[in-house]
Amino acid sequence: MTTVLTEIEDETVDAVVPRRPRRRDRGVDPIPWWLIVVGVIVALYFILPTLFVIPMSFSSASTFQFPPKDFSLKLYENFFTNPVWLGSLGNSVLVATLASLLATIVGTAAALGLHQLTGKLAGFVRTLLMVSIVTPSIVIAVAVYISFLQWHLVGSLGGYVLAHAAIGVPFVLVSVTSALGGFDPKLLRASASLGATPLRTFLRVTMPLISRGILTGAIFAFVTSFDEVVIALFLRSPTFQTLPVQMYNSVTVEIDPTIAASSSLVVVAVTIIFLVPQLIGARKRSR
Amino acid sequence: MTTSTKNAATPVAPSDAAARQGTRIRLENVTKDYGLAIPAVSNISLTIEPGEFMTLLGPSGSGKTTTLNLIAGFETLTTGSISFNGTDVGTLPPHKRNLGMLFQNYALFPHLTVVQNVAYPLRERRMPKAEIARKVAEVLQLVQLTGRDDNYPSQLSGGQQQRVALARAIVFNPNALLLDEPLGALDRNLRGALQMEIRRIHREVGSTFVFVTHDQEEAMNLSDRIALFNNGHIEQVGSPEELYRAPETLFTARFLGDSNVFELGAADLGTSVSWEGRTWAVAEGTVSSHPSVLSGSAIVVRPEDISIAADLKSVPAGANAVQARIRDLEYMGSYRTAMLAFGEKGLTGRARIDALDATHAIGDDVVAWWRPQRQRIVAA
Repeated sequence: MTTVLTEIEDETVDAVVPRRPRRRDRGVDPIPWWLIVVGVIVALYFILPTLFVIPMSFSSASTFQFPPKDFSLKLYENFFTNPVWLGSLGNSVLVATLASLLATIVGTAAALGLHQLTGKLAGFVRTLLMVSIVTPSIVIAVAVYISFLQWHLVGSLGGYVLAHAAIGVPFVLVSVTSALGGFDPKLLRASASLGATPLRTFLRVTMPLISRGILTGAIFAFVTSFDEVVIALFLRSPTFQTLPVQMYNSVTVEIDPTIAASSSLVVVAVTIIFLVPQLIGARKRSR
Repeated sequence: MTTSTKNAATPVAPSDAAARQGTRIRLENVTKDYGLAIPAVSNISLTIEPGEFMTLLGPSGSGKTTTLNLIAGFETLTTGSISFNGTDVGTLPPHKRNLGMLFQNYALFPHLTVVQNVAYPLRERRMPKAEIARKVAEVLQLVQLTGRDDNYPSQLSGGQQQRVALARAIVFNPNALLLDEPLGALDRNLRGALQMEIRRIHREVGSTFVFVTHDQEEAMNLSDRIALFNNGHIEQVGSPEELYRAPETLFTARFLGDSNVFELGAADLGTSVSWEGRTWAVAEGTVSSHPSVLSGSAIVVRPEDISIAADLKSVPAGANAVQARIRDLEYMGSYRTAMLAFGEKGLTGRARIDALDATHAIGDDVVAWWRPQRQRIVAA
């Protein structure tokens, strides 16, 4: 009996090791040259303005200058020595961290709950949670401002966190929902049959398997909060404002070219943040 | 695995199996109603003995999987009760029922290695690390999967994955092992090999096994007893031989193996019956005790019990006989199947004849006969 088994097993072992299909394997037509040209133009249109600020940030002039005449780190020195800039950066990081944390917990819980539901109710709740993504920021900002005035949340850390968490939830919901699409619900039953409580099952099975979706959602929620300006403008107070609000002030009130340095920093920071899950994913795959 | 053995080559000693006699699972008047036209499971009662290999067999939608899920606790009872060794478990959540479960798609945790998968239930039970390592090594030896400890499930073949799943489901010494069509995803050769494995492990572990399948051959090969499901109720419970030789209903006769069916309608079942004007003897103990047998019945004769004679004169005395025409002959290697048309109306049937018997040809008019002891009168 044993020999029979080994023979059969040996034949099948190698055949089933899964390989990620390469793009080329799909047999699609080659991409026409004009499509590549259009793609590059669109990409440049999106990226170039952002890249303009980086050379500008190394200018020594006290007004906006492009192209910069000389190279200096003066604007960066301004940024890192001015307590107003540094303070607002700290506020932004704090608000974005707390807001994305809250949004991740709520969004993940919502995605898990809605995953189990079917029918009209689930669809309705899902749409409701997604509303903030399609609502104009100014509408949300005014609504938040009016209600937070009554609750004395305007200008407070809690107010910023709550408002920004609300606009971050849809991103978490979407990314976790798509991660759950590839999740086998039988694993939950297997885990339960092996003696794990629902909470333990979530921690040891569900969460590790949807961690990329959670992380992606958290990053989107963080970045959304980090560069959110409309709601932040309404909620600002003399004692508490975020970096985007300070940047807005620096242009409209002070005409301070330090904004070039801060913009560059934000671009670099956000780029790094978005690269994190890509790098983690690449490492996991190569394992 | 409650008592440890030092010798790794024989992870489960016979005394060990005796120590783990398994659990008696009792279902009483169990109903599961989803509010559809008919309940998924309606008023079934079944006792699965300790250490027994019980198969829940039936076509898809017959309620066998629902019944398994009710035992596992994945579904809640509408009415009725389920008990393990006399203790009611009706309201116990799945993770407190201490049941191993094997799924068709293996349901291994893809982010854990072989060893981590098998250790999962032990870690949930907060067992010391050294003991976990020892038990995992033992059980992997039992399922004959060694040297793959640090592989992920995606790096294993289907058969190997099912072995890991089996190891994971028995390593914590569960009350019973529930198997939900675990071989359905495997190819035919591998399925046969794993059937033997499951039987061997059942012998060595000595625990109660509840196996769900729609494959009657698999059920016959593996089971101590089979509960045949049909439309949410249990049609018949018995050993494979009982179900095959002594079916109570036409459904059972048709579901297990091939049969020749002569419908009798609401007949008077005395010492003889008649079919299309022929009178056939009825042997003692061959009539189903099913309550509806009097309102409608049929004679079932297995193909291997039918013999073919050239004419009525060569039929032995006391045998039941019917005229038949040979429609086709299929050579099967170890035997020949004669496709027959019985009587004037040409009722389709088949007989299994000797592979070397070349006396009959397609189109021949012959007489099919069988001993009355070999026929069964079932409820139709």
